[in-house]
Amino acid sequence: MKALLLALVLSVGPAVAEESLVTGLSRDDVQITADFTGSDILVYGAVRRNSPAPQSPPMDVIVTLEGPSSPVTVRRKERIFGIWINRSAVDLADVPSYFAIASSGALDQILSPEDDLKHQISLARRLSVTKITANSMDFSNFLRATQRIGSDKGNYVSQQNGVKLAEDTLFRADFALPANLTEGDFSVRMFLLRGGRVIDVKAQTIDVRKTGIERQLTNMAHRQPLLYGILSLLLAAVAGWGASEIFRIWRR
Amino acid sequence: MQIYLPIAEVSVNLFLLLGLGGLVGFLSGMFGVGGGFLITPLLMFIGVPPGVAVATGANQVVASSISGVLAQLRRKGVDFVMGTVLLIGGLTGSFIGVQIFAYMTALGQVDVFVQLSYVFFLGFIGATMFWESARAIWRNQRQGAQQIRRTQGHSWMHSLPFKVKFRKSGLFISILPPLALGAAVGILSAIMGVGGGFILVPAMIYLLGMPTKVVVGTSLFQIIFVTGFTTIMHAVNSQTVDMMLAFVLIVGGVIGAQIGSRMSTRLKPEQLRILLALLVLAVSIKIALDLLLMPTELYSVTRLVLP
Repeated sequence: MKALLLALVLSVGPAVAEESLVTGLSRDDVQITADFTGSDILVYGAVRRNSPAPQSPPMDVIVTLEGPSSPVTVRRKERIFGIWINRSAVDLADVPSYFAIASSGALDQILSPEDDLKHQISLARRLSVTKITANSMDFSNFLRATQRIGSDKGNYVSQQNGVKLAEDTLFRADFALPANLTEGDFSVRMFLLRGGRVIDVKAQTIDVRKTGIERQLTNMAHRQPLLYGILSLLLAAVAGWGASEIFRIWRR
Repeated sequence: MQIYLPIAEVSVNLFLLLGLGGLVGFLSGMFGVGGGFLITPLLMFIGVPPGVAVATGANQVVASSISGVLAQLRRKGVDFVMGTVLLIGGLTGSFIGVQIFAYMTALGQVDVFVQLSYVFFLGFIGATMFWESARAIWRNQRQGAQQIRRTQGHSWMHSLPFKVKFRKSGLFISILPPLALGAAVGILSAIMGVGGGFILVPAMIYLLGMPTKVVVGTSLFQIIFVTGFTTIMHAVNSQTVDMMLAFVLIVGGVIGAQIGSRMSTRLKPEQLRILLALLVLAVSIKIALDLLLMPTELYSVTRLVLP
């Protein structure tokens, strides 16, 4: 057993040290203001080498950008007595609110299933490891539906060939974050691959936060809900009365 | 121009929101309905999460109702005695309705329950009102005389105890029917997330026999408090009131409500009723179709908010 481990370390060790990623982000925070309409993120980097680049297999890069996760319930409608109602439901413990993946080629060609399983790179793989509470046996349909609905809403994005490689050393990937972001830490993961195997991984975070009035309203709604509710009513009362008065003056 | 809503966590076009608020406010001022049965589905349609749509819709209805009541007040169109009796019943009913809502949520069928309530009540009331007002218009055209026939309550209503004089409404009836009506509307409004004006207005005309002149103002008066209560409940229980969204809707809504209440004085009561009937029927048919036709996407994803 010990000999086997030693052999593994010796065989894998040098290969990891040979090529590694040096990465950067165009910004490491996104501020959500009242006029926020989305944000562009540029992920860039280079490959550092101790020796000249191997000729084959070719180099590939995958970049994923993942928003904060939360539990979701996926329901399926069935026809009962002529009307369509929710029948079966599946609870998923953590599903990302946003997931974008960019790669330098078609994902199934540049990434081996084993390494996808190990690093949970693709969204399908990422979702398959979430804790599932199901009363239905065909939960794989529910997982696929989660992915499909997320893609339709623009929250799950896949850009095959979204990573541009230059000189076998430099790479860049552009992401356009949508306006309907959930605040929290967005994790960026960058994978360097050769022949379907992951050689190096780097991770960074982007801090997505509400600021200004958005921040104050959110904090108050959660910390002083009763006061917030009363203020909302006061706002309604003042606006309702104000409009009535303005119209009365205007009519004279 | 886009605006980011802090609680709903979506970015929406500012002018679209103003227009929605204005449309609902206009209907509120014109018909004396809060407009909750319209604003809630509309907000969900433009991408606001259902919980936020219900709670913020209620907040917007408070503002447009206040604006509408003040306009009606100057025309002496509010019966405060009747409004207070309805309100006492309404708050009791709303409390019961919240319990029923929680029970249906636990069963996991609250969506269908709410949709079926919409179809049934909107459909029934819309059809009844449409039939009655169409007959009234037809009769008026034939006789050339404008005569509103109102049922002065059924005979059994006059034999009930605790009679009170409702001066503004010109009624001398027991407080039990209005209390029961208020409670029934309160239950429905808690379940359907609406103020209940579209049920209250026809019920006041046809069941209690109140004159159309005071119905709108009195209904709005009751709606202010029921939706105000709902807003506070939602803010405390689920933190789903979006003040930014409410503010934009209110600005549009209060203006719409003023124009709407002006318009209502220019139309004949039965014309007003037939328009409201058509609107109510349209919403109920839309929801019925959603239930009957096969949806393009059978699955739905509900994100649970982390505590």
